[in-house]
Amino acid sequence: MTSSSSNRIWIWVPLVLFVGIAALAAFMLTQPKDEFVKSQMIGKPLPEFALRAATQDRPGVTIEHFRDGKPKLLNVWASWCLPCIAEAPQLEELRASGAESIGVAIRDRPADVAGFLARHGNPYSRIGADDRSEIQLELGSSGVPETFVIDGEGIIRHQHIGDIRESDVSALLQQLSDAR
Amino acid sequence: MIRVLAFAIALIASPLFAQSAVPPAPYAYTQLDDPALEAEATALMLTLRCLKCQSQSIADSDAPMAGDMRHQVRVRIQAGQSPDEIRAWLVERYGDYVSYQPEVSATTWPLFAIPTLLLAVVFLVLMRRLGRVRTDGGVAQ
Repeated sequence: MTSSSSNRIWIWVPLVLFVGIAALAAFMLTQPKDEFVKSQMIGKPLPEFALRAATQDRPGVTIEHFRDGKPKLLNVWASWCLPCIAEAPQLEELRASGAESIGVAIRDRPADVAGFLARHGNPYSRIGADDRSEIQLELGSSGVPETFVIDGEGIIRHQHIGDIRESDVSALLQQLSDAR
Repeated sequence: MIRVLAFAIALIASPLFAQSAVPPAPYAYTQLDDPALEAEATALMLTLRCLKCQSQSIADSDAPMAGDMRHQVRVRIQAGQSPDEIRAWLVERYGDYVSYQPEVSATTWPLFAIPTLLLAVVFLVLMRRLGRVRTDGGVAQ
C-alpha cells in the first residue's frame, strides 16, 4: 500500500516539472527583451587617454579634464547617429542647468561634427574624436548615444543607455549632484 | 540648356552628398602577417559577441564597432597578450555577455550544476531499479 501510493504521487512529478517549465517559458515570451548591454565599469576609473579635438570649435579631451574635482557628463555620440539628434535639446537643457558635458564623437569626421553642431546646437565644453571606438570599449559602452556620469576624480558613477529623454534630465542632474 | 545645367549641378552635388565614412581601423579587415598569431586572433574573434548585432561573433559581423573590436584583438595578440587576457579585458567591461565561451561564474554555475545533478539522479534511479530486478528476480512493481 505505502509503496504503490507513493509511486502514484511520484509519477506526476515529471508532468508537474514540464508544465512548470512550459509556464515559465510562456511567461518569459511575454516579457520585453532587454537589449541593453550594461557597462561593468561603474565605480571604476576612466583609463588614461587623450583624444584630439573632433572639431575646430572645441578643444580635445584628456583624462585630466575629468580629474578637476567637478562631476561631469561624458556623452558618447556621433554625427551619423539619429537618436543623438533627439537628445540634443535635453543636453542643452542640462547645460543650462549647470551640467558640463564633454563629448566623445565615435568614428566621425570634423566637417560632419561641425555640421551636426550647427544644426542641432553645441552643448559640449570639449569634444574628443574616438576614431576606433577605443574609449568606447574602455567605458564598456556598446552604442551611441550613451551618457556616463563621471565624478570629480575620474571615477565612472552612472551609465545612461540610449538617448536622453525629457524625463531623464532630472535623474541625470541628481546623479551629478550625488557624484559630488 | 536645362540639361547642361542639371548635369553641372549633379557634378557639384554628388561629391557633397557622397558620405565617405571614416576608414575602418587598420586591423579590422587586415590579417596579421604571422599566420600563427592570425589563427590565434581568429579563434578568439569567433568566440566574442558583436555588441551591436548581438547574434553574431565579431568575426562574422560587418558592424563598424565589430571592426574596431577585431582591430583591438589583433593589435593585442601582436603585442603578446594571450587570448584569455583579451577575453578577460572585454568581460571586465561588458560582463559574460560579450563572450560566447561559457565560464563558470556566480551567475552561470547552475548551467553546469543542474545537468550534473540530473545525471546523478538518473544514475541513482537506474541503480535502484536494476538492483531490485536482481534481488526480486523479476520486474519490480
